[in-house]
Amino acid sequence: MGNLVVKTLSATSQNLGDMVTEFLPRLLAMLVIVAIGGVVAWILKIVVRRVLTLVKFNQLIETTGFTQLAARAALPTPSELLSRLIFWVVWVSFMLFGLNALGVAALEEEIGRFFLLLPQIFVAIIILVVGALAANFFGRSALLGAVNANYPSPRLLSSLVRFLIIALAIMMALERIGLGHGVVLIAFGAVMLALALAFGLGGRDAARRLLEKTLFEDRKEDGGDDDTISHL
Amino acid sequence: MAEETFLSDEFVRELGAVGEVDILVGIPTYNNRLTVERVVQAVQIGLVKYFPRERTVVINPDAGSRDGTPEIVKSASVQDFRSVLAANPLRTTHTLTTRVHPTRGEGGALRLILAAADLLRAKACTVISPESASITPEWIEAILRPIYRERYDFLAPVYQRHKFDALLVKNILSPLIHSTYGANLEEPAGTEFGFSGALACDLLAQDVWREDFMRYGWGVWMTTAALAGSYRSCQSFLGPKVHSGKQAEQNLAGAIQQVVGALFYSLEAHQNFWMSRTEPVALPLFGFKSELDLGPVRVNRKRLFEMFRTGVEELSTILSQILSAPVLQQIREVALGQENTCHFSDELWAKTIYEFAVSYHRAVMNRDHLLQALTPIYRGRVCSYLLENHGARVAELHKRLEVLHQQFERLKLDFIQNWSAKT
Repeated sequence: MGNLVVKTLSATSQNLGDMVTEFLPRLLAMLVIVAIGGVVAWILKIVVRRVLTLVKFNQLIETTGFTQLAARAALPTPSELLSRLIFWVVWVSFMLFGLNALGVAALEEEIGRFFLLLPQIFVAIIILVVGALAANFFGRSALLGAVNANYPSPRLLSSLVRFLIIALAIMMALERIGLGHGVVLIAFGAVMLALALAFGLGGRDAARRLLEKTLFEDRKEDGGDDDTISHL
Repeated sequence: MAEETFLSDEFVRELGAVGEVDILVGIPTYNNRLTVERVVQAVQIGLVKYFPRERTVVINPDAGSRDGTPEIVKSASVQDFRSVLAANPLRTTHTLTTRVHPTRGEGGALRLILAAADLLRAKACTVISPESASITPEWIEAILRPIYRERYDFLAPVYQRHKFDALLVKNILSPLIHSTYGANLEEPAGTEFGFSGALACDLLAQDVWREDFMRYGWGVWMTTAALAGSYRSCQSFLGPKVHSGKQAEQNLAGAIQQVVGALFYSLEAHQNFWMSRTEPVALPLFGFKSELDLGPVRVNRKRLFEMFRTGVEELSTILSQILSAPVLQQIREVALGQENTCHFSDELWAKTIYEFAVSYHRAVMNRDHLLQALTPIYRGRVCSYLLENHGARVAELHKRLEVLHQQFERLKLDFIQNWSAKT
């Protein structure tokens, strides 16, 4: 009985040792690939950024309206965005090569599937970018509207609007790559709430005037507001 | 020629029936049943009294009133002129009412008035607000005589106002127009203007009618377009201006967005003009200007200051994209102080406005957002202005406003450099 246990243990440890000796070089190779990828991606990012600055890429692209769009959404300049995108594309590619070097069959299959998913991922990225732009725009609208209307906690309100829109974008992006079926309906509800908040703030005065006009018209004609200064 | 596409066939037919005119009066309306009758009657009496031999027409573009305003305009005729004048009119004043699209605001109505002036070959035109409760027939003479008889092309009004009226005009529009366009206009955003037929044709041809600020900021655009076009411009004293309830209700952020937006837009459109201006020119003033020290007004200054402080604090991220660090720091220091010692200096205010204009020019962010971010800072300036001028008489206030104009003038070179600098 004791011998059997010892034999089993030694066989297991032998197998584990073999696996480790077989796996470690691959893991090391993966880490090296990822590290090299990181360095290559970083160098490429710097080079691309310098080149884009030299060719005045930001000014060139200004005519397309993208610079303004990015500024409105509080995003970095187009050259910075492009260099960051290149960094991540190169590094993620190296990471995938590294994972491939591990030789794990299941992972290889997943990586293959990932490359098949690339077009969908591209669309998902666009959804995320548009979502980020919309979130920044409506978040800022809500913040300004709340501050000018003297609402309490304007930043909280703005963050809520921003969060809801980003959440919607993430869910839609996940849906696109097949990771979040059935979320569109919830997302729709979320975006409606966010829009209601944003537009509600913007239309607050119109709503107030409408209510006053329909409910208190006679009273309004008799009296005025507290402040009697005029700005125009 | 006018663009007939936005004029209805029926309206063009009605204009055809009127024929050529010497004088055109435009009264754009939207739910003004309470005040419009008096305004139309004052216009009619003014035309008969001061222009009895001229061919005249009153055009009323209505933005879809539901309170019967167009009907009141049509029926608001003076039955017996001899009760107010020595004689009955020699000619008939035509009154035409037509509908304009409500979403286009007053700018849509102005476009229609300009098109009608063009089609009728009017020599002198005026736009009169249907809310001008203090209008008298003399306003018609005061506005139209310099245009019709003295051959001026553009006339801006000067009103007798309470010292704390028109604060946006006094603190932003007037000094900025003075320093850039070189004209000492007191009311660049008034509700009454006079203009020649030639200027009407020029304005009509400009491609601005889809701009958002044209809804309510058309007065500023019209003023700057006339100045930049080197049209002969003048001012005329009309008398007391009583602001209607509608104007008092106006949303401040929206007003800033419209009128300051219109001015910043104009600065961009006319940069070749104002950058080359060196010395301000004093525009002639018609009429006998008189001042009146009226009683105090009710203002919740504490609330004004609180809104300024909260705005500066909450919008710090946005403001840091618009303003330079030193200017923002100085504004923060003002906001951190006490309401009863609030002091927003002329120099800081001029720098703030110039930096907002430059940021608008560079489109550092959505332009509507940028203009909205000015609202809390303007509240701070108003708070300081009210506090410092609490006991000041109108004459003293004029002197202080001159100092503000000089401050804007002094910083103009820096402004031009920043405006022209490559980002």
